[in-house]
Amino acid sequence: MKIAAIAAVLLACACSLGQAAAPAERRTDPLDSPRWADMRKEMFPAGARVVFDERVRVTAPLTAENAMNVPVSVDAGALGDVQEVLVFADFNPIVRIVRFEPAGAHPGLGFRIKLQQSTPVRAAARTADGSWHVGGAWVNTAGGGCTLPSTGSGSPEWQKRLGEVSSRVWERKEGGERIRLRIIHPIDTGLAAGIPAFFLQDLLLADNTGRPLMRIEGFEPIAENPVFTVDIPAGRSATAYRVSGRDNNGNAISAAIEK
Amino acid sequence: MKRLPIATLATRCLIAAFTLGWTLLLSAADRDYGLSPVKIAEDTWVLVGRSEDFSFSNGGNIVNTAFIVTRDGVVVIDSGPSRLYGEQLKRSIARITDQPVKLVLNTHHHPDHFLGNQAFPADTLAALPATISGIHDEGGSLNENMYRLAGDWMAGTDPVTPARAISAGPLEIGGHRLELIALDGHTDADLVILDRSTGVLFAGDLVFNDRAPTTPHARLPRWQAALDQLEKTGFRTLVPGHGPVAGDAGPIRQTRAWLSWLDQTLRRAADEGFDMTEVMAITLPAEFRRLAVVEAEYRRSVGQLYPAYEQRALSKEAGRP
Repeated sequence: MKIAAIAAVLLACACSLGQAAAPAERRTDPLDSPRWADMRKEMFPAGARVVFDERVRVTAPLTAENAMNVPVSVDAGALGDVQEVLVFADFNPIVRIVRFEPAGAHPGLGFRIKLQQSTPVRAAARTADGSWHVGGAWVNTAGGGCTLPSTGSGSPEWQKRLGEVSSRVWERKEGGERIRLRIIHPIDTGLAAGIPAFFLQDLLLADNTGRPLMRIEGFEPIAENPVFTVDIPAGRSATAYRVSGRDNNGNAISAAIEK
Repeated sequence: MKRLPIATLATRCLIAAFTLGWTLLLSAADRDYGLSPVKIAEDTWVLVGRSEDFSFSNGGNIVNTAFIVTRDGVVVIDSGPSRLYGEQLKRSIARITDQPVKLVLNTHHHPDHFLGNQAFPADTLAALPATISGIHDEGGSLNENMYRLAGDWMAGTDPVTPARAISAGPLEIGGHRLELIALDGHTDADLVILDRSTGVLFAGDLVFNDRAPTTPHARLPRWQAALDQLEKTGFRTLVPGHGPVAGDAGPIRQTRAWLSWLDQTLRRAADEGFDMTEVMAITLPAEFRRLAVVEAEYRRSVGQLYPAYEQRALSKEAGRP
């Protein structure tokens, strides 16, 4: 009885503390995933403050027909002061999907992923105070996306065009600009028999004076021929942009993004 | 708890095994598609599927199949989503006529139109050449996917590729003057059958009625051209691939309106820089919201078709502004 009463008081304190910090935050997994405890251990330092926060928005279809190409948009713009965002999927054989640092760009990213089975897809945004704010969405899929070879691996076409970038810049009604870019790359997970992992590892989006806007660290579950959507706030718009980087085999990616 | 004598235990085990066996048998016997052929013209029956997505409850019966009873045997148009469906279709035909099945036409290579092929003699199966290669190349993966979507209904189903290639042109069978019309756009080969003797047009999946069209292999401009051609065939009765049978070109116009809207919406979204998740969130116009499964089908179509629009919008070579 006594222990229960103490626990209840502690719980009440914890809840009111949580509420005092920010109304959007909570301590229990809103997606109720049996893998969350593992995710907490694997993805974050033991002492880090990790909270669920609806200000980190993950948009993805509830049911994804094509597990090889599931669209996901992450937006942590409501948080402010975001240092980095880590995107992962609890039930994917390769959990990490992408990590990005919005060094000047809006703290959000649109991309496409491969999923092996139905899973929460989560984005954890680290703010300047060191706290991780976690948002997410369940995606249901028949799956199989991670253990299938890419289309590219079965055709010689990509070898000639590997790393080729097509891109375009739009002015946004709400101010600033949007950059969309597509990179030719087969992106193999290494989980399909006989096909080694082959994926984009580092990308840097910068303006034409070299000031960085967004760093993207990719992992194996990014979809083939990836398309990224990045928004640039009005204050950081430039006359032109540039993307550079490399894949895990050292192939360079370098292209001007012109208006 | 008191220990039970061995004999009682053994009896209980036997009873349990017996009950389980019967339950399994009964559940297999329960899998009845409830096919009921509807006569829509002289010698002509249609089995109308549900306007739904594939599911464990409908067993894949979301498709229209049909048959024409001629003096020289029965012509079957599409064999359904599973071996079980094919067998039940064959029994439905046998309840109506003693004529043997002479020809089974697969209108295109989507799983709900050919996975019942096993139920029919191999030498009756026929399709357009590109449909034959589609079934040959993709039949295995399409079949596997159907197991995931429809479960036990698929038991024992394997893809059977028709050996006989047909080409466009007139085909007279047992007094029925059929016209085989080879089109494409829903897939790379879409067979349409016009029975000139009855005026019935079997449009396959080029035409959907009150159900949103599916687009996994679609090329929209070709599909639109095919619809224009279908409207000129001078039919009296229209059997769409999915949804109710019609007496006019309404379903053709409805399918065309949806495809045009889809094409314009995806093109505009790509030209305005929409991310795919933003395209999926677009509100559908009221005129289409009454189509069955339209929300799910729209999102699937975005997933299938948007990358090509995107590529065009991003690539200078493809003439982006």
